Amino acid sequence: MFADYSSTELMSIFAMQGFAGLSLFSVFVLMAMGLAIIFGQMGVINMAHGEFMILGAYTTYLTSQFFQNLMPELFAASFFFAMVLAFLVSGALGAFVEWAMVRHLYRRPLDTLLATWGLSLILQQAYRSIFGAREVGVDLPDWMMGAFNVTDFVQLPINGLFVMVIALSIALAVYLLMYRSGWGKKVRAVVQNRPMAEAVGINTAGVDRATFALGCGIAGVAGSAFTMIGSTGPSSGQAYIVDTFLVVVFGGAQSLVGTIISAFGISQAQSTMEFFLSGSMAKVLTLLVVVGILMLRPEGLMALKVRR
Amino acid sequence: MLKVSNHSVAYGQSTIIRGLNLDVNDNEIVAVVGRNGMGKTTLMKSLIGMTPSRAGSVSLNHTDLSAMKSFQRVRAGLGFVPQGRMIFPALTVRENIETGLAAVGEKKVPRDLYELFPVLEEMQHRRGGNLSGGQQQQLAIARALATRPKVLLLDEPTEGIQPSIIQEMARTLKRIRDERGLSIVVSEQVLSFVMEIADRILVIEKGDIVHQEDKEDADQNKIASYLAV
Repeated sequence: MFADYSSTELMSIFAMQGFAGLSLFSVFVLMAMGLAIIFGQMGVINMAHGEFMILGAYTTYLTSQFFQNLMPELFAASFFFAMVLAFLVSGALGAFVEWAMVRHLYRRPLDTLLATWGLSLILQQAYRSIFGAREVGVDLPDWMMGAFNVTDFVQLPINGLFVMVIALSIALAVYLLMYRSGWGKKVRAVVQNRPMAEAVGINTAGVDRATFALGCGIAGVAGSAFTMIGSTGPSSGQAYIVDTFLVVVFGGAQSLVGTIISAFGISQAQSTMEFFLSGSMAKVLTLLVVVGILMLRPEGLMALKVRR
Repeated sequence: MLKVSNHSVAYGQSTIIRGLNLDVNDNEIVAVVGRNGMGKTTLMKSLIGMTPSRAGSVSLNHTDLSAMKSFQRVRAGLGFVPQGRMIFPALTVRENIETGLAAVGEKKVPRDLYELFPVLEEMQHRRGGNLSGGQQQQLAIARALATRPKVLLLDEPTEGIQPSIIQEMARTLKRIRDERGLSIVVSEQVLSFVMEIADRILVIEKGDIVHQEDKEDADQNKIASYLAV
């Protein structure tokens, strides 16, 4: 399959597909981090995670509409407002969902699967009723358009770079929060032994709510980033949820570094293979490799080594 | 100080603790002894609120704890060292102790805890799960003390620990009581440890206290007969 291309062409294809993969990687990292926090830390499988992401995407869309129509002079900065708003809106819905539904189901993990799946259907229909079934696109401000021409063949889009910077900054922020702050210590204690954490004076119900809200808020930011690589529709989140679970399980549910490495590997593999093969073949090959590696390392790439 | 009255705990239809009454005085060490399955662990877990109680009341210095959740009971002044230690295996030793500090709003591990357990300072950057059983027990006690309890509850602290360290632990617990002026309730099966540490010995059987005596006039043989199968 490589025979039709000259070697310079091949190099450029790899470079550009690799870079397209990096944009996908950014969305994966953000999505997977939210999911890994919720799944890895609380054991809740949040099937509605894609819908929290789409909520962030719609928030971004509305914010950019608002700035375009009412404050065009500030439109260039609208994306930053949109990201913060997306985080807050998705996080607030997350906190509400935790309070209303998820907290009653902590001892029944399979029921959370069903309940959050139901929630995802409700949210999808809500988006369809509010925003319509047609997909919407977010207009980017001028400074995000265009690309760097690295060589004649290789172009790197600016918005892709921007999304990547955001994804990595948030990954860093989450790392600091989980491993360097007092709050992160409480979260990790609750994860390891919920009743015992409560018996050393940690308000586990409060920690759970904040953790769930944080995971959903990060999904909202992922939605903001998502508006740059795809258009937003009521069921766009569905396409990402399976891949994101793949990333989380492959990386090892309790390891942030593992999540990032696995998001990188999977997005790069998909993006590069999609150019040469069909999309579904690329997926089949990725899945086969992931299944193979998980058989050798059942706890994921980066499992913590400690006596249990 | 700690007052438990008409305390009952049940799992579904089977009642484990029935109408138990217990008073712990200031600065007193009370040992609860009994055979397996008589309700020692259930009593401890229900006092800290890990297991819901069915009836009765628990109060500490006239504060009613009955309706409180575990973390509120800890903040009100109960400290808990569970059976099997249950330290957080993936957290470092220092982080383990710091989880207890959250209850009193402190940030730094107090010096006196490390003075009490020097080995924990040496190992503060190791993960809790990689410590030996005896070290984990010290860590569990330090974590509970970090919450600055008025009453410390220990559930079978000698389980799985070598005899020479058991004697040392008895001395440490008495030292903690003397230095910090707290009360200790300890459930136990090892009689020598009980005789070393306790001011008062209670025998629990089928969920109620069937016999109690002060250490001064305690008849070891009689207590041993309760523990015999």
